[in-house]
This record gives sequence, structure tokens and C-alpha cells, in this order.
Amino acid sequence: MSNIPSELKYTASHEWARLEEDGTVTVGITDHAQGLLGDVVFVELPEVDAEIEAEAEAGVVESVKAASDIYIPISGTVIAVNEDLADKPELINSDPYGAGWMFKIQPLDEEDLNELMDAEGYTEQVVSEEH
Amino acid sequence: MPFIPHTKADVEAMLAAIGVKSIEDLFAEIPANLRAGALSKIPSGLTEMELTRFMQKRAAENDQGLCFIGAGAYEHHIPAAVWDITSRGEFMTAYTPYQAEASQGTLQLIYEFQSMIASLTGMQASNASLYDGASALAEAVLMAVRANKHSKARRILMPQTVHPAYREVVNAVVRTQQIEIIEIPFDQKRGNINLASLERFTKEDITALVIPQPNFFGVLEEVDVLTDWAQQKNALVIAVVNPTAIALLKEPGQWGKQGADIVCGEGQPLGVPLASGGPYFGFLTCKQEYVRQMPGRIVGRTVDLEGKPGFALTLQAREQHIRRSKATSNICTNQGLLVTAATIYMSLLGPEGLRRVAAASHANTRTLIEKLTAVKGVELVFDQPCFHETVIRFNKPVHEVLTALDKAGIQGGYALNNDYPELGEALLVCATETKHQDDLTAYQQQLQKIL
Repeated sequence: MSNIPSELKYTASHEWARLEEDGTVTVGITDHAQGLLGDVVFVELPEVDAEIEAEAEAGVVESVKAASDIYIPISGTVIAVNEDLADKPELINSDPYGAGWMFKIQPLDEEDLNELMDAEGYTEQVVSEEH
Repeated sequence: MPFIPHTKADVEAMLAAIGVKSIEDLFAEIPANLRAGALSKIPSGLTEMELTRFMQKRAAENDQGLCFIGAGAYEHHIPAAVWDITSRGEFMTAYTPYQAEASQGTLQLIYEFQSMIASLTGMQASNASLYDGASALAEAVLMAVRANKHSKARRILMPQTVHPAYREVVNAVVRTQQIEIIEIPFDQKRGNINLASLERFTKEDITALVIPQPNFFGVLEEVDVLTDWAQQKNALVIAVVNPTAIALLKEPGQWGKQGADIVCGEGQPLGVPLASGGPYFGFLTCKQEYVRQMPGRIVGRTVDLEGKPGFALTLQAREQHIRRSKATSNICTNQGLLVTAATIYMSLLGPEGLRRVAAASHANTRTLIEKLTAVKGVELVFDQPCFHETVIRFNKPVHEVLTALDKAGIQGGYALNNDYPELGEALLVCATETKHQDDLTAYQQQLQKIL
């Protein structure tokens, strides 16, 4: 069973979102997603200042066997991207919830986070996908 | 001999199994007005013997003549070894292999091809080839739109000095993809793009500028100035080049301060004979940073678990068998056999040989221009340097001149009055290294008689 931290919010497309103290939201892909993808070799991130609507494409994660789109969990403006991923995309495999974060957004409305799944809901999805 | 293996009994058994009376019933739901119907203009079949006689008679009517037509396809000397080796059984089946890594020889050949084309164009990465020069340019345009993160406009500047057929193909491919192609007129005296004609776009968001070298008229473009202009405003530069010419001219990777971003072109001059328009092959190279936006197959060199060198298809995650509708393009193949010929051709000639082909072609063309423009009633249309082609104009209808030349066994060139009516009775003429001084003189003398 993959690691699904209880304090994060999740999407059906396997992104996680974390509300930071300053009101920004950090986004990455889940441990389960990185496990399915295998060794990540390239990450395409959104542009800083891009305004993106919830569920729109925000980037691409490419592994040795597949390239998958990253969808933005809630509407907002991109305020930072993880520059380290350009040289070390493997951080997504080794530390998906930490050093492997992908981008930070200033949410249009923080309340939108409530629309996402909690750890329990996401665990159910992962379990049902595995069976 | 029937080529459909099913007997009448087979067909009836299959129809009975699915409960349908006739094959025709399977198409019943298609409205009659959408059905193609019988092919009324196709004659009934011939026996093999009849067909052979017919084709031999037709073939005897072919008259190759003395060819001065270029316009995108060029007659070059092809060493006999090229097709002798290419026609070997091991290569004749050289399609992009399905179980790719089991075909190390094919992969190595494609890898060598990529290395040679990358070196020739002065770029870092190459794919395994595309269908032809025109489709390569269309793919380069799509690639530029994906790759240029600075541009939101999806607008491409396309000089009218780019091959008219290439421009048509590009329009056909991109017009339904919300990409705007803006045509740039050329300088009627110089025959190339004038920087002044680009100035109105200086402040506008432009995704990419296409630069042909040499251009369709054989005239050289001012590639450094144009490249710098485009890149200064964050537009990508797509070079569409003749591979023979760039053996002699500055390679696109060295254009301007930063070099072209994407390079494409028609590979036919590299060992592929003229054959009624094809099959030819396109090439596409780019800077390393854009390699993930490059369409088509790419072969890489690697090592296996035991550390032994080998070749593998790489960067496949961008392709349609993995990425489906989000693939970088629907190109999932290459022109294997023609790439084989081109790789052998380039190996045999080497950089120096290719330069000598280019230099000899240029010298012949200059001699041809001198001879033809010495004839009364012929004028040179453009005043800028050219490679192995140029435009001349007659004082009488170009088609009359061509017909008269044809009767004397000379294919005089490519008439421009359909594609460029503004140039008048203009003809694009080309002389490659295959032409002897006597050939050039023969052309001059015939022209003298006609005019």
C-alpha cells in the first residue's frame, strides 16, 4: 500500500494539494501515481503567473514508459514551480510529498479545497483501482 | 491469380455464421448517395502477358532527355554502391521495426543517419526521418507551436520564397489547428526576403519564422540577419534547407547569434533518384532543448545490462502508441529504405565529397546562367547570389519555349507563371554536377534557335 498522508487533499487524477500557512497551495503527484509511472525522467511544469482553472492541464510527467498530464486541483495562479525537478526529476519518485513537489498556486478560493478528496476517500479509490 | 484468399464457399460460410445474406448487406446502413459506386473509368483486367506488353510499350515512350528541372527534386550522381547495398535483403525490409530492439542493425543504421544529419545541419538531435520535405516542414511548424513557451499567438511567418507545394502542405496540415500562417512577400529585385517586410511584426507576438536556404528560387536568404531578428523577439527559427547546399553554406546551427531552433528539409538529393515525385524522405533536426517536442521515431545509443553497447528507440513516451491523442504527432514511422540509401550515400561521399557535389553544382549553374543570359530575349530575374538554381525570364511565353526545348530533348526547367504570375514568363533553371559543359552549351544553342 502506498503512502497517503492524512493531512493532504487529493484528486481522482492522483495529484495531492496542501494548504500552506500563507494561504498558498502546494501541488504534486501521489506516491501511488509515481509508483505506477515508474522512473520519472522529465517534468514539464506550468509557467509562473499562469492562471489555470481547476482540472485543466498544468504540466506533464514523463517516465520511461509513459507521459501523463498533471491537472491542477483547484483554480488559481501559479506562483512558483519546483526548479530542482529540471535536473532531478527522480525526486518525484524518492520524495513525492516533499522535495518532489511540483508547483505552488495562489488559489482563487481556498474553499475549493473542500471539493477534493481527503486521505480516506483517496485511499478508497486507490484500493478499488488495485482490485 | 486471385489475391483475396477466400473462396465463394468461405464467404458464404462466414455470412451464414453472422446471419447476413450478402456482403452488400453489410454496407446497407450507409446511405446510397455516400457510396462510391463502381469505378467506371477503370478498365477491366489484363492478363500478365498483356500487361507486360502494354507497360513495355509505355516505358519505351519515356524520354529522359537533358534535365534542367530542379524546384525541390534534384538529379545528382548516385554511386552504384548506394542502391546495390540498399537493395540487399536485410535492408529492403527496413521499416521501423515493431520489435525494435531485436533489429539492432536497422537501429544502428538509423542512429548513424541521425548523427550524420545532425552534423550536416549543425544541430544536436535528429529524428529517424519523415515522409518528405513538405511534411517535415508541416511537422516543424507544429513542433514550434508546442515548443515556444514564450508565444501564445500560434502565428507563423511563412515567406513566399518557400516552395509553393510545401506551403500548401503546411496550410492543409495546420489550418484546422488554430495556427495562423502569415505569408511574407519577397523583394522582386533581389528574390529573397527583405528585413523591411518583417518590420511590421517587430512588436507582435510571433511563434516562429520559417527561413528557406536556398529559397525556392535558388536565391540565398540573409539567414543571420533574419535569425537574429526572430530570436530577439522570442520567435523560433525554422530552417528549411537543401542538404547538398548546406554542405557548402553555413549550417543552420550557426545562423545568427544562437543558430536555428528547428531544421527540416527534403532528403531526396542524398542518394534518392528522381522517380515521378517519390518516394522521398524528410529530415528534421533540432536543438537539444526541444527534443521532447520532436515528432517521429528517435533511436538512441545505450548499454545493456552487461554494459555492452546497443541501440534502442528512445523518447517514445511522446508517441501515439503510448500518449494516444496527446502524442506529439501522428507520425509513427519513418522512410526506412530511403534513409538507408541516404546514409550510405553520405558515408561514401563524406563531408568533403558532399561539398564537392555542392561546389560543382553551383559552378555549373553559374556557367548556365552566363550562357543563357547571353541569348537575346533572356534576362536574369534576381540580382542576389544563388546556389544551384535561378530564375530567368523570356520575351515570349515560357510554355512555348519549354515545348520547343522538349522537342529537342531538353527539359528546360520549371515554369513559374502558375505559382508566381507576377514574375511574368519566368523559368526556374537548375544545373547540378551531373551536367557537362556540352550539355550547358546544347541548352544555350537550342534556346538561341527558339528565341
